[in-house]
Amino acid sequence: MTLTQEIITIAMVVLGTAITRFLPFLAFPAGKPTPKYVQYLGKALPPAIFGMLVVYSLRNVTIFSGSHGIPELLAVLLVIALHMWKRQMLLSIAGGTVFYMALVQFVF
Amino acid sequence: MGTKVEEKASKKASTQVLKKAFVTAFPFTIPIFAGFWFLGMTYGIYMNVSGFSFWYPMVMSLTIFAGSVEFVAVNLLLGAFNPLQALAMTLMINARHLFYGISMLDRFRGTGLKKIYLIFGMCDETFSINYTAKIPEDVDRGWFMFFVTLLNHFYWVFGATLGGIFGSLITFSTEGLDFVMTAMFVVIFLEQWLKEERHTSSLLGIGISLLCLIAFGADNFIIPSMIAMLGVLTLLRGGERQKS
Repeated sequence: MTLTQEIITIAMVVLGTAITRFLPFLAFPAGKPTPKYVQYLGKALPPAIFGMLVVYSLRNVTIFSGSHGIPELLAVLLVIALHMWKRQMLLSIAGGTVFYMALVQFVF
Repeated sequence: MGTKVEEKASKKASTQVLKKAFVTAFPFTIPIFAGFWFLGMTYGIYMNVSGFSFWYPMVMSLTIFAGSVEFVAVNLLLGAFNPLQALAMTLMINARHLFYGISMLDRFRGTGLKKIYLIFGMCDETFSINYTAKIPEDVDRGWFMFFVTLLNHFYWVFGATLGGIFGSLITFSTEGLDFVMTAMFVVIFLEQWLKEERHTSSLLGIGISLLCLIAFGADNFIIPSMIAMLGVLTLLRGGERQKS
């Protein structure tokens, strides 16, 4: 690829990303009342999105080979336990991550 | 004279607003700092070993600011020139942002010009924080979200550039550090779970994505999941309306 072609390719990725982020705001501008259905989606979707992001961040875990997803399962359980116990976001995240690193580096 | 003093006073007040928003926003971004310099660096190294100078990861992380698609962009740059394919792939991979926008329509209202940057920088992590954070009453909401976005953006560019410069010189004893992003999404999901009265939508999100992951595989499950979630939530709304 020439430099110009590279710049065009990168510009296309920038454009595509911007479209997915700006489109809802262009379709439903702040000045006009947002349709009831879209308002409903704005409230109903986020919990489902957060569920999807959890699955998304674990999408490459292999259940049937390697470490069978055991380190991931244990670390996620620890994150949940820590969070139910202290409810301190940073503690839950740091605790789970350090535990996971120890598991994949020394145990599995 | 009077106006000058007033000007000074208002300037001081606005600096304080900014400072307060920044100080409040920063702790929320610490897990992302840990995740982004690492993931950003992985991305920079990947570009470096693929034969690109550090300018590429630096400019791309600054202008695209969407993790997964930047990794894909490396392959696009190594392949044959096909701008339409680049655009189509980006739209597919990033389609989930559409849902973020719909959820933020109200929350970004009244944030002035900052809104453009808030929308531009709305990656998974920034959206999750800006949607769930309990912003104290006396902190300016717009600036809070602005600093969350800016800090995350900075961490990402910083990591990507470092990775691009030092490339393969870095040897890793940091295996497993990327779990920090999973841990953060689990915590955010849990916070939402503890806050809500009914768990229908949360359970749907997990269930549908898992089913689609099994059915379509890791690279293709997001769009079917989105369509299914939209469908089921729409049906549920219809049911609720009929009841009431």
